[in-house]
Amino acid sequence: MDFDGSERMSGSAAGRVTSAKIVIAGGFGVGKTTLVGSVSEITPLTTEAIMTSAGVDVDDTNEVPGKTTTTVAMDFGRISIDRDLILYLFGTPGQTRFWFMWDELVRGAIGAVVLVDTRRLADCFAAIDFFENRKLPYLVAINCFNKVQYHDAQDVRDALAISPDIPVIPCDARERESTKQVLISLVEYVLSMRRHRTATPA
Amino acid sequence: MADRDEPTGSLVRPYAVTKGRTRPRLEIALEALVETTVQGRSGAASRSGHGREHQHIAALCDGRLQSLAEIAARMQLPLGVARVLIADMAAEGLVAVHQPTSLDDNEAVGTELLERVLSGLRRL
Repeated sequence: MDFDGSERMSGSAAGRVTSAKIVIAGGFGVGKTTLVGSVSEITPLTTEAIMTSAGVDVDDTNEVPGKTTTTVAMDFGRISIDRDLILYLFGTPGQTRFWFMWDELVRGAIGAVVLVDTRRLADCFAAIDFFENRKLPYLVAINCFNKVQYHDAQDVRDALAISPDIPVIPCDARERESTKQVLISLVEYVLSMRRHRTATPA
Repeated sequence: MADRDEPTGSLVRPYAVTKGRTRPRLEIALEALVETTVQGRSGAASRSGHGREHQHIAALCDGRLQSLAEIAARMQLPLGVARVLIADMAAEGLVAVHQPTSLDDNEAVGTELLERVLSGLRRL
């Protein structure tokens, strides 16, 4: 154990009802909702946000002319960490043109899991760019469909051109233990980054 | 109550239940937790302006913490609409809103929260 559990009750956050969230990103059909559902204590729920066309990028030729509102749906799950601390897992909306929703999703988040299918690696580029731009810590989880990992972690790291300290790990989004390990790895990574930041004077 | 139509969950005229208001009186994060207060439980929700929606929210969050996202999803309301309703209820003392802990405002508090999340995940 790399932290002192006895200290955690003395801080001001203990005893106060609060919540935290982790963002689950990745391309359409990569298994975001499957991953959320494998570990959530509730069946994943879907929530919708509405925006008017004034804010929608007009780069999408599928946009219906004259449409005044757009609905963005997000799936999410819930894990009760403690009676007074609840962790939410929010899947990102599939289409990257819904950036307005991503802003709200990443605000205050612990970090993000970028779930990738190595056969369609490019699907996650936009998410990685977004998190790097917002300085949100993330790791890459390679979803191994049917236990088959088509490329090793180093190949994926090279293809994504990401920093060597960003974790790249295989997972099976359908399995609770595997998803748990992905989330644990993310929080450990975020904590190690903070310790490094504290130890290194600015 | 029952002074308006049946709930439809429809996205048509989504802000009708807020009487057209789109700005909440209080910024509420997606994951902020809502809890019905004693006052909210006592039926005060039904006497306020938005009878049915307020009562529904008060019942959902009575004795169990629900996030803004959960309330919106369970009521089939767009997030923005649920946010306006909850902010109104908070202003009237019908619900308590527990905002998420900032990870960065205070380094020690943020780290402690992360450690609690980590040990909680390991216990799952």
